[in-house]
Amino acid sequence: MRKILMLISLVFVLAILSSCGNSAIESSLNSESESDESGDGDGQETIKVGAILPFSGVYASLGKDLLNGMKLYFDSIGWEVSGKKIELIEEDTEADPQVALRRIRKLMDQDNIDILTGPVSTAVAYAVRNDVDSNKLPFLVSHAGGNDLTRGKRSDYIWRSSFSSWQIGNSMGEWAYENVGDKMYIAAADYAFGREVSTAFKEAYIAAGGEIVGNVYPPLGNNDYASYLTTIGGEEADGVYSFFAGSDAVRFVQQFEQYGLDKDFTLVGSGWLVSENLRKSVGSAAEGILASTFWDYSLETEENQNFIKAYEKAYGTRPTIESLEGYDAASIMVEAIKELDGDVSDSDKVVEAISNVSFTSPRGPIKFDKETHQIIQNMYITKTLAVEDKTENKVIYKVEEVKDPGK
Amino acid sequence: MELIGAQLVNAVAYGLLLFIITCGLTLVFGILGVLNLAHGSFYMFSAYIAYSITETYTQSFWLALFVAPMVVGLIALVVEITLLRPTYHLGQLSQVLLTFGLAYIFNDIAPVIWGSDVLSIKVPSVLSGSVTIFEQKFPVYRFAVIGIGIAIAILLWMVQNKTKWGAIIRAGLSDKEMVSALGINIKLVFTSVFIIGGVLAAFGGVVAAPILGIYPSMEFQTLILALVVLVIGGLGSVAGTLVASLLVGIVETFSRFLAPEISMFLIFGLMAVILVLKPNGLLGKKVV
Repeated sequence: MRKILMLISLVFVLAILSSCGNSAIESSLNSESESDESGDGDGQETIKVGAILPFSGVYASLGKDLLNGMKLYFDSIGWEVSGKKIELIEEDTEADPQVALRRIRKLMDQDNIDILTGPVSTAVAYAVRNDVDSNKLPFLVSHAGGNDLTRGKRSDYIWRSSFSSWQIGNSMGEWAYENVGDKMYIAAADYAFGREVSTAFKEAYIAAGGEIVGNVYPPLGNNDYASYLTTIGGEEADGVYSFFAGSDAVRFVQQFEQYGLDKDFTLVGSGWLVSENLRKSVGSAAEGILASTFWDYSLETEENQNFIKAYEKAYGTRPTIESLEGYDAASIMVEAIKELDGDVSDSDKVVEAISNVSFTSPRGPIKFDKETHQIIQNMYITKTLAVEDKTENKVIYKVEEVKDPGK
Repeated sequence: MELIGAQLVNAVAYGLLLFIITCGLTLVFGILGVLNLAHGSFYMFSAYIAYSITETYTQSFWLALFVAPMVVGLIALVVEITLLRPTYHLGQLSQVLLTFGLAYIFNDIAPVIWGSDVLSIKVPSVLSGSVTIFEQKFPVYRFAVIGIGIAIAILLWMVQNKTKWGAIIRAGLSDKEMVSALGINIKLVFTSVFIIGGVLAAFGGVVAAPILGIYPSMEFQTLILALVVLVIGGLGSVAGTLVASLLVGIVETFSRFLAPEISMFLIFGLMAVILVLKPNGLLGKKVV
């Protein structure tokens, strides 16, 4: 008996480890990637960009989209800027901070990269922060949205082109009070990002005059929402503000409709609830959802239409928010390199150049806040509508120049 | 009061869903003595195959419910004959490692075939409506899950207790050598049981897909829950698994309702308490 119990506890440890981001058995696929010995030293012919992204584990599809977006932009300029070639070195973080640290040390010590970009997981961004800071490596954060990265953990060398949790949650607060109702319930995945986004929403919503009647935080990767939905169904509120992404979003939105909550509550959330790669799986349940985001497929600007056309031609599928983030990160790096005329040897000058970049991206005009190093961008409210037998997002409102307060 | 009634319906539906997923694992462990950690992989493969069937070839959920388990049964057959059979005399640890290795291989194969996007299966229109009880709307599909769970429980009980097949299986469980001495091909019994276990996992995969969704590494999440149910119910006891599934369903649903912060902890806490009080599980027999 004892032997079997031992065995089972061993199995539990293994299974739990593996479900937490596959860290138990580490894939060494990427650790062998070619290190270019000939091109050491600075001021050479190639500029090396290191990308730390998850290509395996739960965030694999986000990592892939970010990479595709970056490659699309680099392709469009022929991988060359100011007479220098661009070399992109990809490393798989597996969304695991430990793995990411090893990868980034390899990028710095063996590959001598000039600029770092990525990651998806905020935990990874926090984990590599000190190494980046002490090595004075310019780091353009292309996804991870944890508030603290441009607040308490701010570094001279870290700039963020994606979003902060605060920008996502805050932009919905006032609008929801005016357009949805004065009583909301909050349901968000129980992890740092879900908590940060819903806190930002709560503050803005209460400041506008609304009341939060209750909240529930199901664990990340929760498999069945029935119990939570029954609880919410017994509340008096005009809407439910929710933050879920990936498989959580699919299950939550579908079950929200199956339990008939869509009749009594307006479902409000962020762009990840109705993102391009999920809506097909969600089906008609996505109809009527209001979401705040910094980019949407339906934006009708010329820049966005060009981006979409090029992306669909290259990959045969619609871009997602992550594709856009990758595309913009690549554009920003190239703009900065152009300003330096290709000389990236001085990292202080590189970050200075990044801070001065401003242009009209597919998401609208963007520039950096030199105080916080966070991007200043428009936020959009979208509504999901039924179009024939599918659903489409439509931008119905724009919040101009949303700037993170930085504290 | 209505709220508690409604949560009870949720709890029973969730519990029976767990039972549908776990019963194959219990059966294989009870009879072969093999803790099949690739059980979750069978579950996952079946869900993906069902997705392909409903998406590309036909719209029929019913066909998927039939074909996906057959395909997985075939995979189980190959796994048992080529990999598992040579390890029976090596003891449990090697089987655990073997099936765990397989789980990793399957985990890597699935995204290559189906990509890493989140997928879902549409419920057939007969089951897609909703019913109102306790002043609360419930999807009809949840009631279908309850029905299927009860049907499987009865079927398994009938086969084990009322048929010759069941008698052979029960006899094989207590003394393998004696059964072979009676002229029964015990190898065939093992192979069949392993296939049935695979088919049950696969069946669970299709039934659970509309509720739990399909996404990379889904099988490990399910495997952990299935192991919790297995340990609480007693290793190898189908009746115990049924009781444990319902218990886990009730504890998890109500803890999410009353104390959402500690719901995950409570499930594992329950397992720990039961292991201390009844080391063989609720209805488990003594295992060597």
